[in-house]
Amino acid sequence: MIRLNNIRKDYRMGKHVVHALVDLSVEIPSGAYVAIMGPSGSGKSTLMNILGCLDRPTSGEYLLDGRDVSGLEDDELAEVRNRKLGFVFQSFNLLALSTAVENVALPLVYAGATDQKKRALAALERVGLGGRADHRPSELSGGQRQRVAIARALVTEPPVILADEPTGNLDSRTSEEILALFEGLHESGTTVVMVTHEPDVAQHAQRILRVKDGLLAADELVDPHGGEDRGDAARGSEAKDISQGEAREGGPR
Amino acid sequence: MKLLLQLSLIALRSLLQQKVRTALTMLGVIIGVGAVIVMVSIGEGAKRRIEGQIQGLGTNLLIIRPGLHRRGPVRSGNVETLTQADATAIARLDEVAAIAPEAGKTAQVKYLAANTNTTVLGTTEAWLSVNNFTVRAGRFIDRQDDRSSAKVAVLGSTPAAELFEGVDPVGERVKIKGANYEVIGVLESKGQSGYRNPDDQIIVPLNTAMRRLFGLKSVRSINVQVASEEAMDRVQGAVEELLRERHRIAPGADPDFNIRNQKEIMETMGAVSDTFTALLAAVAAVSLLVGGIGIMNIMLVSVTERTREIGIRKAVGARRRDIMFQFLVESMVLSGLGGLVGIAAGVGVARIVAVTGTFQTAVSSDSIALAFGVSAAIGIFFGLYPARKAAQLDPIEALRHE
Repeated sequence: MIRLNNIRKDYRMGKHVVHALVDLSVEIPSGAYVAIMGPSGSGKSTLMNILGCLDRPTSGEYLLDGRDVSGLEDDELAEVRNRKLGFVFQSFNLLALSTAVENVALPLVYAGATDQKKRALAALERVGLGGRADHRPSELSGGQRQRVAIARALVTEPPVILADEPTGNLDSRTSEEILALFEGLHESGTTVVMVTHEPDVAQHAQRILRVKDGLLAADELVDPHGGEDRGDAARGSEAKDISQGEAREGGPR
Repeated sequence: MKLLLQLSLIALRSLLQQKVRTALTMLGVIIGVGAVIVMVSIGEGAKRRIEGQIQGLGTNLLIIRPGLHRRGPVRSGNVETLTQADATAIARLDEVAAIAPEAGKTAQVKYLAANTNTTVLGTTEAWLSVNNFTVRAGRFIDRQDDRSSAKVAVLGSTPAAELFEGVDPVGERVKIKGANYEVIGVLESKGQSGYRNPDDQIIVPLNTAMRRLFGLKSVRSINVQVASEEAMDRVQGAVEELLRERHRIAPGADPDFNIRNQKEIMETMGAVSDTFTALLAAVAAVSLLVGGIGIMNIMLVSVTERTREIGIRKAVGARRRDIMFQFLVESMVLSGLGGLVGIAAGVGVARIVAVTGTFQTAVSSDSIALAFGVSAAIGIFFGLYPARKAAQLDPIEALRHE
């Protein structure tokens, strides 16, 4: 479970102080599928960085799985990222000179885990790239790269996966494939938080948080039927199933 | 442990991915370490050569010369103060193993039509062992020759070669200052020693040189061989006391002789060559320093180039020390491997220098251990700053980096 209480984030820009987040409180229950939307400069990236433990709030409380992580040291945050969080970025952020399986195994390296290769291959299998384990990112398509990135995010089986515009660099068909993967993760009980500016993409989530001027402007539940109007029957019905699963929200993982 | 191993492998791989850069960076350390090894080996070689030459003079030697005390830059005093009687008195002191007084001058020596100018040195039987000479052919002068002022001569290898081309000199007669002398032996060559050539002399009995040949009243030096190394200072004191008494020199006044102690000469020369070695090593160390700065430079470039990689690693959970370790391993591999190759290159070059005869070289295991230690330390020292820089990158900034 994620709980933000009165989060505030200020940046110093020379003499001026920019208030990126003013006073933001929100609760995201375990297993939820949430989209964060907002215009650029609204503070959604800052929110994402704080949720991802890449940045610390100026003030306020961030409870992740019941632990306050807002005041942790850099190395403690690194361990939280390693154990509790998985990241998926718009630009994939894979190591160019490493193979797919090596990229996927990277979080396991820093966790000091055993069976790294086996687990990385299993994760690649899960995203449908079992046959591309020894390819480098340059030998893969955009969609495949993002699948590798998702495999890397889920390989440690973290309770929360954060995605920052995961379909931003992909065509619509590939985007659908990637979104299907997130839905699968959500179904298996993982909390998914996704930043996007595309309403279509946001419709895949159960809930949309709209951020504006550093504040939570709106907190909407997605109409399960609204997501079906895009002509992709298979995807749509899946989305429907998931959104109907809202009843489980807040329950134990 | 497993993590450290994996991070080391990551570091090695990134070095292998940039082979040319890695090799060129290492070259700086290779040249630095190699230069240190070669320079120190030349210094050591010079030191051993000097020590060898001093040892070659004989062992546990005191050399007493007349009058050469100094007043400022001017050497003064009567130079004809040491006598055969002094020598005989010294020989009776405790712990004196042997003495060899020397008296002689340069003279023309002839054999048939051949002639040469060389030192004709009068001395006694013990001279051979005191000065570490050996006889190549025939025999050396003995007590009987000296007592009878016999007209016999032992040739150094240089006059032997100059006068007797292809002829066995033993039993032949040479003319010294017009008189006939029988050649009774030839000395083994010792080789050039500093500015003087110990092979370029002819030995005759002391009395022969002093009375028959040159009419001398004093000897030019007395070489004293002491029984043991630890007795040298004692004997030096005893000789000084004896000669002061014999020469009636008031306590506190400058003596009319001086005593040189082989051990002291060795220590002085050793200090000189140590300074020389240190100087050479310091010059070479500068290139090692430059090599280290090269590593730091490349590591800084590498950190900048790989900012995004660092960001990705941090995002998925790399701690500061993980990143730091990865980059430190890279710089240590650069310097450590460079150090090893540099040692091999240095030892090889030192051999070549020795074989081509430019300098005598001696590679000591100390200098190898030192060079390797220093190069490993350089890897840590010059790698620390770039590694810290990498470790402290802000992951958000790093991920945004193009």
